Amino acid sequence: MSEDFPAGERASAGYVFRLYVAGGAPNSVRALANLYAICRKHYPESHRIEVIDVLKEPMRALAEAILVTPTTVKVSPAPGLQIIGNLSDEEEVLRALGLPQTKNG
Amino acid sequence: MSGKNRAGGREKIATGIEGFDDITAGGLPSRCTTLLMGGPGCGKTIVALQILVSAAAEHGTPGIFVAFEENARRVAANGQTFGWKMAELEEKKLFFIDARMRSDVVTAGAFDLSGLLAGLEAKAHEMGAKVIVFDAVDVLLSLLDDPAAECRELYRIHEWLMLNELTGILTTKIDDDHAATAQRYGFMPFMADCAVMLTQRVTDRVAVRAMRVVKYRGSPHGLNEVPFMIGPKGVEVGSSNGVHPEPQPFNERITSGVERLDEMLGGGFYRGTNALITGSSGSGKSTLAGAFIRAACEREERTLFISFDENSRDIVRDLGTMGIDLAPHFASGLLRMEAIRSEAASSEEHFMRIKRVIAEQAPRCVAIDPLSALARVGGGIAARAVAERLIYLCRNAGITVLFTSLLEGSDPQLETTTLHVSTISDSWIQLSYALIDGARIRAVSIVKSRGSNHSNQLRELIFSEKGISITEPYKAGGEVLRETLHKQQEKAG
Repeated sequence: MSEDFPAGERASAGYVFRLYVAGGAPNSVRALANLYAICRKHYPESHRIEVIDVLKEPMRALAEAILVTPTTVKVSPAPGLQIIGNLSDEEEVLRALGLPQTKNG
Repeated sequence: MSGKNRAGGREKIATGIEGFDDITAGGLPSRCTTLLMGGPGCGKTIVALQILVSAAAEHGTPGIFVAFEENARRVAANGQTFGWKMAELEEKKLFFIDARMRSDVVTAGAFDLSGLLAGLEAKAHEMGAKVIVFDAVDVLLSLLDDPAAECRELYRIHEWLMLNELTGILTTKIDDDHAATAQRYGFMPFMADCAVMLTQRVTDRVAVRAMRVVKYRGSPHGLNEVPFMIGPKGVEVGSSNGVHPEPQPFNERITSGVERLDEMLGGGFYRGTNALITGSSGSGKSTLAGAFIRAACEREERTLFISFDENSRDIVRDLGTMGIDLAPHFASGLLRMEAIRSEAASSEEHFMRIKRVIAEQAPRCVAIDPLSALARVGGGIAARAVAERLIYLCRNAGITVLFTSLLEGSDPQLETTTLHVSTISDSWIQLSYALIDGARIRAVSIVKSRGSNHSNQLRELIFSEKGISITEPYKAGGEVLRETLHKQQEKAG
């Protein structure tokens, strides 16, 4: 158990992400890779990524108001969060998730 | 009528907006991209919505409305205020999607619109949609924050529309006056097959809306800016390039409502012509207009009385004191009274309103009192064009119209400087005051009455609770207006 993290971001709470991709589009592939990398690094204990291909489930994208791809939704823990883009801007992603910035060497 | 027209070599969909199909030579390009551009509040959303609603309601063509800026429910509710059957249409024919990006969304890296387009494609397929509106596409594009990406995504939409054989209407904020936005989105009209610029200007404190077809690939279109308005039933475009066939002339004569005046005119007015009554304030123009209208109502003809800056009930009451009772005709609906505040809108908007009222009432006789009120806002040239169009509108519909015009001075020639309508009027009745031996006397004369042997005399016009009378000309000497004088002398004596 890591006491260094604030209570709300404890790995034990379980981090669930939903990633909306457009088939194998370059930005979508990159987003998936980036999200995996971030999760492995920051939530190694407990994370889950659900990938939804809007090309296969278009009505779901519409119902869930997904306008652009890729879109990452943090389902839990609350508060929910929506990040658009291929997540290449790591600094922005970490800030949004309330994670400490990675020191650039 | 089918929703699809072939004009200028390309397939089009009629917009259902009056006048808009004129300036676009039949409507918007089918299965292509149309761009509606303009500053905020200039009516882009309503124009787009009306086209979509019209396609669905008139032609049964399903459509999708994608709202990037406004709440989609509010857009649909707005349509309801124009009397469009939104709820009914939404059951089968129309689909609204709220595509506003959450305000707390975080942008981290590149993205594109594939997600939205995939969803829309499935939806369009499911409901058989043929028309799709992307309202405020600039809001979506601005998220990209990169001109190259914006251009790329716009082309993605464009390609997607063509691939799915959808007629797309994209609205975007582009302000003619803002060089920055014009430069940034300057590529947009190049991509689109048809581009329409909407503007809103303030002239004499009155907002005037106008639109112009900037381009239309492979089709002729009107080049000029045309006025438009958003009325109670939606958008109306004041297109002036409608060429109408010359109407058949009528040989039938109808009464002016005053027997003696008919005699002076050489037998009343010809049906389907127009008559101008000029005179200064209080000379009796409105009263003669009332007499004309009453006579039409008594013939059981549908009539319309358009008054500027005077309440309908006041007019009915005032005419009543002159023995002209319009109340029963007003109550039965045979007569429609339309009171217009001249300063509330531009002359163009007045024109469109009058045109709509004429279409609704389908009158055979119309009085406009005074037509000169048109010139009060927005300047003379515009008002003159409007007055002319109004006269031609009535002439083409076979409507007999009597309009009054206020003379500010005593010189009847001044009239020609305000609206220039005397040259196109078929009859011209001049009312004036004569000051004789300290008495103010109303006088009437006929300046012209086309196709008639009309009187050249100046005669006295008398109003009383019994009605209007015109005296026989007094033949002795130069004094023709004696009746009132006699009476006054009798009373005094």
